[in-house]
Amino acid sequence: MANHREPAVEFRNVAYRPNGSSEILHDLNLIVDSGETLVLLGRSGSGKTTSLKLINNLLSPTAGEVIVQARSTQNWDVIRLRRQIGYVIQDIGLFPHFTVERNITLIPRLEGWSRTRIDARFQELMLLVGLDPHLTRRYPRELSGGQRQRVGVARALAADPPILLMDEPFGALDPITRADLQNEFAALQKRLRKTVVFVTHDVREALLLSDRIALMEGGRLIALCTPQEFLRSRDPLVAAYVKSIGTDLDDALGAKQ
Amino acid sequence: MNLWHFLQQNRTEVLQLTLEHLWLVGLSMVFAILVGIPLGILIARWPVLDKPILGSASVIQTIPSLALFGFLLPAPWFGERADRMAILALALYSLLPLIRNTYVGIRGVDPAVVEAARGMGMSDGQLLWQVQLPLSLGVIIAGIRVATVISVGLATIAAAIGAGGLGELIFRGLAMVSDSVILAGAIPAALLALVADFGLGRLEKWLRPR
Repeated sequence: MANHREPAVEFRNVAYRPNGSSEILHDLNLIVDSGETLVLLGRSGSGKTTSLKLINNLLSPTAGEVIVQARSTQNWDVIRLRRQIGYVIQDIGLFPHFTVERNITLIPRLEGWSRTRIDARFQELMLLVGLDPHLTRRYPRELSGGQRQRVGVARALAADPPILLMDEPFGALDPITRADLQNEFAALQKRLRKTVVFVTHDVREALLLSDRIALMEGGRLIALCTPQEFLRSRDPLVAAYVKSIGTDLDDALGAKQ
Repeated sequence: MNLWHFLQQNRTEVLQLTLEHLWLVGLSMVFAILVGIPLGILIARWPVLDKPILGSASVIQTIPSLALFGFLLPAPWFGERADRMAILALALYSLLPLIRNTYVGIRGVDPAVVEAARGMGMSDGQLLWQVQLPLSLGVIIAGIRVATVISVGLATIAAAIGAGGLGELIFRGLAMVSDSVILAGAIPAALLALVADFGLGRLEKWLRPR
């Protein structure tokens, strides 16, 4: 689906080898279309987080190139590149010494927005991610896990970046909060149509949120398909993943409608 | 003559020497902070430099204090006045806790927070000033606290090179074999150290990220 759209992110023959150790990502070729949610699925050490960090240049490829909005990440001014890309990680990385408001409005402040514009955007974001306004002056330690993650998402969306990278954003939450946030995020993404690259090891989450799933294993991309194709795949590795979630596949897919 | 009498009769002198003592310690701390914290930031940024810089600061600390005061005598400009020498020596001694705590504090900031900051497009300067330094302030103040308490004690030895301070009374008391005179120097010095320790301890607690 949607392959006619211009690519937002493209991996061209990308390899990554950390200094002084062996290669952990091999010859990755992958196009992420504008406005799609691509889930990088795989177990720990499969290279999915590494791939994500290559997009915002927290890591630089040792071979090949990563193209973001038609320009190689090596040719981007790294600060400008990262401001185009919202980033949400599992440990959230909220600034513990900033209030909810300062956390969320950090990038607009750094970008030098006017006070009124920042305030308006802040109200809008709180509403968008479903945070109660009375949390404005709280510090991250005073929030629940789910609230913190909402702040993380709001912060990533603050300057309205076209691309969003999410690294197991809901991984540390209890199952009920996680399901809430997954559903809300799916609804949010339907409205916003950002280009989202989402890392998870949770097959259900991948099926629920993705337009396409990129299955990774041992630093290689081994399957790239829609959730429907993923469920029907004859590939033994994909089939093993599908099997791992049990029999109630219809629920997982039904929730997508 | 007992301690109480001595203090009463020499009120102005004891006060004068206490102020001198504070001046020596205060000014040396200002210089140590101005040098030590930037060095700590530097080695947190470029860890290849940590061994040489922390090593040099440790070596300075191993020099016996009396010897260090003596070594500085031939130094140009500093050697001309005893208080300059004393301030330089005290600042040198304070470097190690300041450099080390700044380094440890910055490196101890939650890696997830640093990665999020970088990933969001903060420049190195923004990361340092808005995230790393505020979050390590408690640890840095702890370093200042240790250095200050050590300096208050060491500064008494500065009297040996004629730099003044409460050490004057201690050395005089030693020469006169008078406990009261020694205590008239030692007790205010101990009180200064306790006050500095308590005050900076409160500040540290208040600044630590909860």
